[in-house]
Amino acid sequence: MKDNQVLRVVAKIMIPVILLFAFYVQFHGDYGPGGGFQAGVIFAAGPILYGLIFGVERLQSVFTIVSLKILIAAGLLLFAGVGFATVFLGGDYLDYDQLNRDPILGQHLGILLVELGVGITVAAVMITIFIAFAGRQNHR
Amino acid sequence: MIDSQLLLLQVTLPLIAAPICLLIKSGRACWAIAFIVTISSFSLAAIVFSYVLTYGVLEYNFGGWVAPWGISYRVDIVNGLIALLVSAITTIVLVFARTSVSNEIKNKNQSIFYTAWLLCLAGLLGITVTGDAFNLFVFLEISSLASYVLIAFGQDRRALTASYQYLVMGTIGATFILIGVGLLYAMTGTLNMVDIAARLPQGVTNRTAQTALAFLVVGVGLKLALFPLHLWLPNAYTFAPSAVGAFLAATATKVAIYVLLRFLFTVFGFNFSFEEMPLDLIFVTLGIVAVISASAVAIFQDNVKRMFAYSSVAQIGYMIIGLGLSSKAGLTASILHLFNHAWIKGGIFLALGCVAYKLGSVRLGALAGAGYRMPWTMAAFLLAGLSLIGVPLTAGFISKWYLFEAAIEKDWWLMLIVIVMGSLLSLIYVWRVIEMAYLRRPDHEEEKSEAPLSLLLPTWVLVFASFYFGLDTRLSVGVAHKAAETLIGYSP
Amino acid sequence: MSALGLYNYWIVIFLMMTGFYVVISSGNLVKKIIGLSLFQASVFILYISLGKISNGGPPILREGVELYSNPLPHVLILTAIVVGVSTTALGLSLVVRIKESYGAVEEEEIHRQDESL
Repeated sequence: MKDNQVLRVVAKIMIPVILLFAFYVQFHGDYGPGGGFQAGVIFAAGPILYGLIFGVERLQSVFTIVSLKILIAAGLLLFAGVGFATVFLGGDYLDYDQLNRDPILGQHLGILLVELGVGITVAAVMITIFIAFAGRQNHR
Repeated sequence: MIDSQLLLLQVTLPLIAAPICLLIKSGRACWAIAFIVTISSFSLAAIVFSYVLTYGVLEYNFGGWVAPWGISYRVDIVNGLIALLVSAITTIVLVFARTSVSNEIKNKNQSIFYTAWLLCLAGLLGITVTGDAFNLFVFLEISSLASYVLIAFGQDRRALTASYQYLVMGTIGATFILIGVGLLYAMTGTLNMVDIAARLPQGVTNRTAQTALAFLVVGVGLKLALFPLHLWLPNAYTFAPSAVGAFLAATATKVAIYVLLRFLFTVFGFNFSFEEMPLDLIFVTLGIVAVISASAVAIFQDNVKRMFAYSSVAQIGYMIIGLGLSSKAGLTASILHLFNHAWIKGGIFLALGCVAYKLGSVRLGALAGAGYRMPWTMAAFLLAGLSLIGVPLTAGFISKWYLFEAAIEKDWWLMLIVIVMGSLLSLIYVWRVIEMAYLRRPDHEEEKSEAPLSLLLPTWVLVFASFYFGLDTRLSVGVAHKAAETLIGYSP
Repeated sequence: MSALGLYNYWIVIFLMMTGFYVVISSGNLVKKIIGLSLFQASVFILYISLGKISNGGPPILREGVELYSNPLPHVLILTAIVVGVSTTALGLSLVVRIKESYGAVEEEEIHRQDESL
C-alpha cells in the first residue's frame, strides 16, 4: 500500500496524533475516563497503521520481536513490582497508601505506575499480535 | 498465627515468574525457574493448609480494601486441600517434564512452553484461593488460555485441532460462567462469594437466581467435561505433550469440580441447589451415563492415551454421582475421589509418557511386549491401573467404598450396580493394555529399553501416592469429611 | 411496555443467539471464531447495561452531577474484553497454524484428512 500517496500522507499526519492521544488517555486516566488498557490499544494503533501502509518489515526495524517481548514482560513486572513494593512497605498487595507519606500522593503515584505497566504491556501485546499475523508469510 | 501474605505469594510467584521465563532463551533455565516457583508454591500451600486445618479460615484483602468491597482471597479447608493437591502434583509432573519436554519440544520454544505452564499454574491456584466471583472467572480464563497453548505444543498436527476445539467449547463455558456471575451481581450488587450468599433472597422462588445457577452449572460443566459436554477432552489429552496431558488430567478438571462445589454450596447453598432446583437428579443421571458410556467407549480405543482420557470422563462421572447423592456422605465420597483420582490418573498419564518417550507411540499395537522391554514403567502402569479399577488396598478402592456407603445410606441399591459395572468396564480396558504389554511378544525380540530415571521417579512417586492414600486414609478421609462438613455448613 | 422497555436485553439475546448459531452451524474455522467473539460481545453489553442508571451521569466527581451510573460493571467488562481479545487472537493463531499444516480451514476437509491417515 505504500505506493498510494494519499495513504502515505494521511498516515504520516495521523500517527503522531494517535500516539499523542494515547498519552493523553494514559496520563489523564487518573482524573477522567481513560487508563492503561485504552491507552495501550490506542498507542498500538499508531505502529499498526504504519505497518499496514509501509510494510511489516519496516515496522519490525523498530519493534523487533525481542524488544516487544521485553516490553511485555517489563510492563507486567512493573505492575507486580508496585504490588510488592507496597507489601514491603508494610501494607497489603497494591495498597498504594504506603508509597508516600501522604496517602493521597501515594494513591496518585501507585495508580500512575500501575496503569503505565498495563499500558506498556497492552501496547506491546497488540503490536506483537499484529506482527505475528501479518509477518507470518515472510516468516516461512 | 501466620502472615496472610503467604496466600498472596502462592499465586503471584508463578504469575511473576512467567514473564521472566519469557525473557530467558534457555529451556533448562526456564525449567529451573519454573521448578523453584512450583516447589515454593507447594510449600506455601502446605503451610496455609496446616494453618487452615487448625484455625478454619485465612483471608487476604487486596489493596487495603476490606472483604465485600475489595477482592479478597479466602481459604478454608476445601480450597486449602485443592491448592495443596494442585501444587503438589504440578511439582511432581514438572520433574517429569524436564526430560519429556526437551524430547518433544524444540529448545527455542521451551521458554514459551514454561511461560504458559506457569501462567496455567497461577490461574489454577488463583481459582482455588480467590473469594471473588469475577476474579474466579479471570483466573479461569488465564488457566484455560494457557492450557490451550500448552495443548497446541503437541507434536501431532491433530493437537492443533484438539486445542481449537477445546478453545471454542471452553470459551462458551467461560462466557456462560460470566453470564451467571453477571446475573448474581445484578441481583445482589456484590461479587464477594460469601457476601453474595448472605444477600441472596432466601425462601422465595427467585427466577434470576435459578437462571444464574443454570448458566453456572452448564458453564462449569463444560470446563470439567461433565458427560454430554466432554467432547473436547479426549482429543485434548491425547494429542497434548505427555507432561501436559498428565498435568491437565490431574489438576484442571479437579479445579473445575472445586468451582462447582464452591458455587453450589457456598454461594447458592445446599437447599437452593438441591431442593429448590433438581440438580441432584440431573447430576445422578448424567453421572451414571458418564460412568457407563465413557468406560464402554474407552474399551474400544486403539490409542492408549485416548483410552484413559475417556476413562477420565467416567471418573468425573463418579464425582458427579457423589454430588448428586446430595448428602454429606456423598459429598465426602466426591471430594475423596477427586483427591485420589488426581494421583491415580497423574500416575497413569506419566507412565504413558514414559512409553511415548521410549517407544515413540502410545498405540495399543506398539505396546506389544512392553512389559519386558520397560519393566519398571509397565509395573507402575499396572499398579496405577489396579488403583483405577478400585482393587482393595488402593486409593481407588477407598473412594469407591465411600461412594458405596453414601448410596446405601440413601437406599439407592441400583447405584451399586452402576459402580460395580464401571469398575468391571475399567478392568476390561486396563486388561487390554496389560495383556498387550505382558502376554504378547513383539514381532522381533528387542533389548530392554527402560525409560530414564528422571521420568520413572516422578511416575513412581504418583503411583506410590495412589497406594499410600489407600492404606493410610487418615489424611484423605479425615480432610474430605471436614471439607464436606464445611461446605454443607455454609448453607443456612 | 415492559417487553419492549427492556429492549437492551432483547439486543443481548439476539446477538448471543446469532453468535452461538455461527459457532455451531459454520464449518469454517475463522467464522467460528468470529461467532465466538460476537457471543462474548453480547455478554459485554449485558454487563454494561446492568450498570446504567436512568438519568445517571458518568461516574466522575464533578459539580452538578448527583446521580451516577455504576462504574463497576464497566471495569469488570474491561477485563472480560481483554480476555475476549486474547481468546480471539489465540483462536485465530491456531487457525493460521491449522491452515499451514492441513492447507484448509474447513472442518469437513480437516476431518477427511485426519481419517485418511
